Amino acid sequence: MDQLDQLVAQAGADFSATADGAALEAAKARYLGKDGSITALLKGLGKLDPDARKSAGAEINKAKTAIESLLNARRDALQQAALEAQLAAEALDVTLPGRGVGVGGLHPVVRTLERVEQLFRSIGFDVAEGPEIETDFFNFTALNTPENHPARSMHDTFYLENGEGVLLRTHTSPVQTRAMLAHVEAHKDKETMPELRIIAPGRVYRVDSDATHSPMFHQVEGLWVGETVSFADLKGVIADFLRSFFESDDLQVRFRPSFFPFTEPSAEIDVAFMSGALKGRWLEIAGCGMVHPNVLRFGGIDPERYTGFAFGMGPDRLTMLRYGVNDLRLFFEGDLRFLGQFR
Amino acid sequence: MQFSELWLRSFVSPDLDSDPLGHLLTMAGLEVEEQDRVAGPFSKVVVAQIIEAEKHPNADKLRVCKVDAGTGELLQIVCGAPNAAAGIRIPCAQVGADLDGFGIKAAKLRGVESFGMLCSAKELGISEEGSGLMVLPEDAPVGADLRTYLDLDDTLFTIKLTPNRADCLSLAGIAREVAALTGAPLTLPDCAPVAAVHQDTRPIVLDAPDACPRYCGRVLRGVDARAPTPEWMKQRLARSGIRSISALVDVTNYVMLELGQPLHAFDEAKLSGAIHVRFPRPGEQVLLLNGQTVTPAADTLLIADDARALALAGVMGGEESGITLDTTDLFLESAFFAPDAIAGRARAYGFSSDASYRFERGVDFALAQRAIERATRLILDICGGQPGPVCEAVAAEALPARTPIRLRASRVRRVLGIALDADTVAGMFARLNLEVVREGDDFVVTPPSYRFDLEIEEDLIEEIARIHGYDNIPMMPPKGLVRMLPRPEDRRDVMSVRRLVAGREFQEVINFAFVEEAWEKDFAGNTDPVRLANPIASQMSVMRSTLLGGLVSNVVTNRKRQTSRVRVFEIGRCFARDAAGQPVAGYHQPVRLAALATGSARPEQWGESARNVDFFDLKADLEALLFPRVARFERISHPALHPGRAARVSLDGQSIGVIGELHPVWVQRYELGSAPVVFEIELEVLLATPTPAYREVSRFPAVQRDLALVVDQGVAAASLIQGLQSVAPAIVQRIELFDQYQGKGIEPHRKSLAFRVVMQETQRTLEDAEVDAAMTALIRHAEEHLAAKLRA
Repeated sequence: MDQLDQLVAQAGADFSATADGAALEAAKARYLGKDGSITALLKGLGKLDPDARKSAGAEINKAKTAIESLLNARRDALQQAALEAQLAAEALDVTLPGRGVGVGGLHPVVRTLERVEQLFRSIGFDVAEGPEIETDFFNFTALNTPENHPARSMHDTFYLENGEGVLLRTHTSPVQTRAMLAHVEAHKDKETMPELRIIAPGRVYRVDSDATHSPMFHQVEGLWVGETVSFADLKGVIADFLRSFFESDDLQVRFRPSFFPFTEPSAEIDVAFMSGALKGRWLEIAGCGMVHPNVLRFGGIDPERYTGFAFGMGPDRLTMLRYGVNDLRLFFEGDLRFLGQFR
Repeated sequence: MQFSELWLRSFVSPDLDSDPLGHLLTMAGLEVEEQDRVAGPFSKVVVAQIIEAEKHPNADKLRVCKVDAGTGELLQIVCGAPNAAAGIRIPCAQVGADLDGFGIKAAKLRGVESFGMLCSAKELGISEEGSGLMVLPEDAPVGADLRTYLDLDDTLFTIKLTPNRADCLSLAGIAREVAALTGAPLTLPDCAPVAAVHQDTRPIVLDAPDACPRYCGRVLRGVDARAPTPEWMKQRLARSGIRSISALVDVTNYVMLELGQPLHAFDEAKLSGAIHVRFPRPGEQVLLLNGQTVTPAADTLLIADDARALALAGVMGGEESGITLDTTDLFLESAFFAPDAIAGRARAYGFSSDASYRFERGVDFALAQRAIERATRLILDICGGQPGPVCEAVAAEALPARTPIRLRASRVRRVLGIALDADTVAGMFARLNLEVVREGDDFVVTPPSYRFDLEIEEDLIEEIARIHGYDNIPMMPPKGLVRMLPRPEDRRDVMSVRRLVAGREFQEVINFAFVEEAWEKDFAGNTDPVRLANPIASQMSVMRSTLLGGLVSNVVTNRKRQTSRVRVFEIGRCFARDAAGQPVAGYHQPVRLAALATGSARPEQWGESARNVDFFDLKADLEALLFPRVARFERISHPALHPGRAARVSLDGQSIGVIGELHPVWVQRYELGSAPVVFEIELEVLLATPTPAYREVSRFPAVQRDLALVVDQGVAAASLIQGLQSVAPAIVQRIELFDQYQGKGIEPHRKSLAFRVVMQETQRTLEDAEVDAAMTALIRHAEEHLAAKLRA
């Protein structure tokens, strides 16, 4: 039966020579079609005697199966080749840039404010706010700074035309009194007032403008009033905050005596980095102190029963130190080349 | 407050070098702002005299000098200074000298041998003066070491004093503080009374005893006003930043720096009758020492004689009654003026003086007499003369009270968070010269006359903390009741709103809240903005009532810097006068969010054709911010916006802001290139966000039918949708606009709007009949009530 083996070999060679599906089908017809070689051999079986027919039939069918399997293999190969050709044709330049909406961003100082808020929220501080056109009373008087107090000359205040007793707030400290009054009112029916813990970020205004001063800048006020709040707690909270904010456990933090009419004792807070361009230099970063009894009284709180601490820091300065920005004015110029760096 | 360390050490000299001394002061609340050596580090520099100065044979600008440096022989030194001349005494760095690391050797300059160097003040690190040799006084001892001769081993301290520490506005005050901090012995200047040699006095009348409760005066006769001020005094004054003027003026300044008591010297010959300390009479004028003529306000205290006003008390002396170099008799004033009577006055006349600076913060009210004795002694030593007796007028009841303050040990513990034993506290008070009576655990403390800052218990607690050292108070981790803060789900915080806007490709900016007046008019139609009384510049003179002006200016700024695609937003307060405004009466101060986009809609890219951002881009941004709440948009006219492309945004019937394209007039005037699209919304509205509520999802199929209606061009799509929704049966879930068409097949003034109507039931499949009925109802309503026609 060399003839059958030859036929199978021939079919394999014919199939392999086809380049596409149509040629393959034509080749298939030559073997398996109506007039194909295998079909003819099968038709010829009738002339054989039954024993010979049985064995020849088995041989022919074996050859037919072999040819069919060769056919299928070739079909698969051709399909695979076609798919590969299509995929190759569909290939992209994956290095082309993406399409669609770009990226915006927060203002760098707002980034800082967000971090400040998150850190203080994590120890139970809420965020409060107050008006920027403020009364003389809340900006000064209620903060223990009466008319003609020398401390008033520390702040160069913007006043409004035709505005009796109103001004642009020179600090966020007036939020202290407003927050205390609201807190006292909210808890007036309780035996013990819950602790008041707030920070108050916002814009403040002073008549001052140069490379290190802007007539509008930011402050974050902090206030914690309770029955057992002490200066040691103040030091703990501030140091914890500054080390968390700058993500530096070895940041040096020092408190030195200072003066603010609304705190007593008062302190100025300095930090020193242990590495980087500013390494080893003490940098003034915030003012703080124990809330002055008169300020608590203006807030409706009995200073004999409650004590508190307050602090005020400059998020603009924190931002400059954090990112190495060297000119405060950049924050307020709206230059996208600058602002875009903080996305 | 600037002073020389050597001067301070003449009163108290703790065993500390300059740097630890500076640190000690800073950590006690007397912040050392600057600390500089008086001279650079140098050695082997002596006083020398140029004996001969001749032109260098080989160089035009050099001179060959023969110098006597006290070595017994003349040194030949080549020198390039233009003022090198025979006769003058100058610093000479000898061979072997070291000038801050620069060694002086014998050398040949242009062929001439030179044995040393003659120095300028700059070369010695004494001042910035480097244009010539430093010329020394004619009596400078030749050969003397310059450091010793000029007391150059000294440090200048500049202290930034807080307003409460007026007691440290003098060397004696700082010395007192250093003694308290270190325990080192304190020696204050000799203020022993000087015996009178004649009995001339002037009557003193305290007409305003509350403002001036103590006034001391003394007549000195026969003084030599032309006597030179001694070098040691000039040097101490100079190292405090005060220029020497004349011996008499120098003495008054010196005593003020030394003790803290401002003094004034009148020319006795120019006074008539009694001295009055009083408030001004109408129309009275004073010509001041600085040449300024002022008409003092009614609350400005004056020094006057029987004839006229002489000086602004505690602020500045008068030109006409002041001393001159010809003065021989003088009347010396040493007084206490109450801080309230001086505060703010100098500033009101546009200047400040050392005297007013001290008086408004508080001068020791027990010091006047000692200071006048000290000044008398110095004047007699320097200018000669004959003193009369000190005449003093006192209104004892009007002197500041020093009320005893009770300090409880328990309170110290509570406020500072540390326990200090009573004896330690007593020791601190003793060092601070506080008069103390102990009552059980309490201290009853009477502050001294020079401390104006000790009034309540907390003031004493601060003193304890200072002396104990702020550094020695521990940093305690905070303790408090741990309770969760409320976080209502139907409110989001401002930061998350910011992140949403930034996520739509807007960059946050922060603009000044004071703006140009024109912006208010152009972008808000506001002709009566809130004005600043004292703006820093005219383009920052009014408070903004809209954020739009700032955003437009951001476009201008960035266009100048070659960025024409600008997408910015700001969250900030706006300001308007409003009688019902709260919390500050008369002013409405809402916080708003405004956004602006101009230039191409998308970042520059390769795959899509570029188009400029338009109204509907920004509307989509705004709708996303408000989502899931749906706002209404109605055409309005707005001063900032294109009249056909501006809308009021409202939510639940409340107007919440505006959106639109900037008016072409402003696009042109502000040179913005393409028209920016903007919106401005009340922030408060964006913070509210409904808590989601579950609605059942239907398992039955939805039916969609399309409906095309032809209406007049002016009909707003939203009004059609609202009209349809108002009559839609319950099975109608949504009616959405999916196409707008004008053109072929539609009459010129009409447009076709195509709506997709989605119907569904949650409990069953819809029947064709009810779907048809619903569509028929919608069409009938549209044709009968909405002036629409079904598109053929």
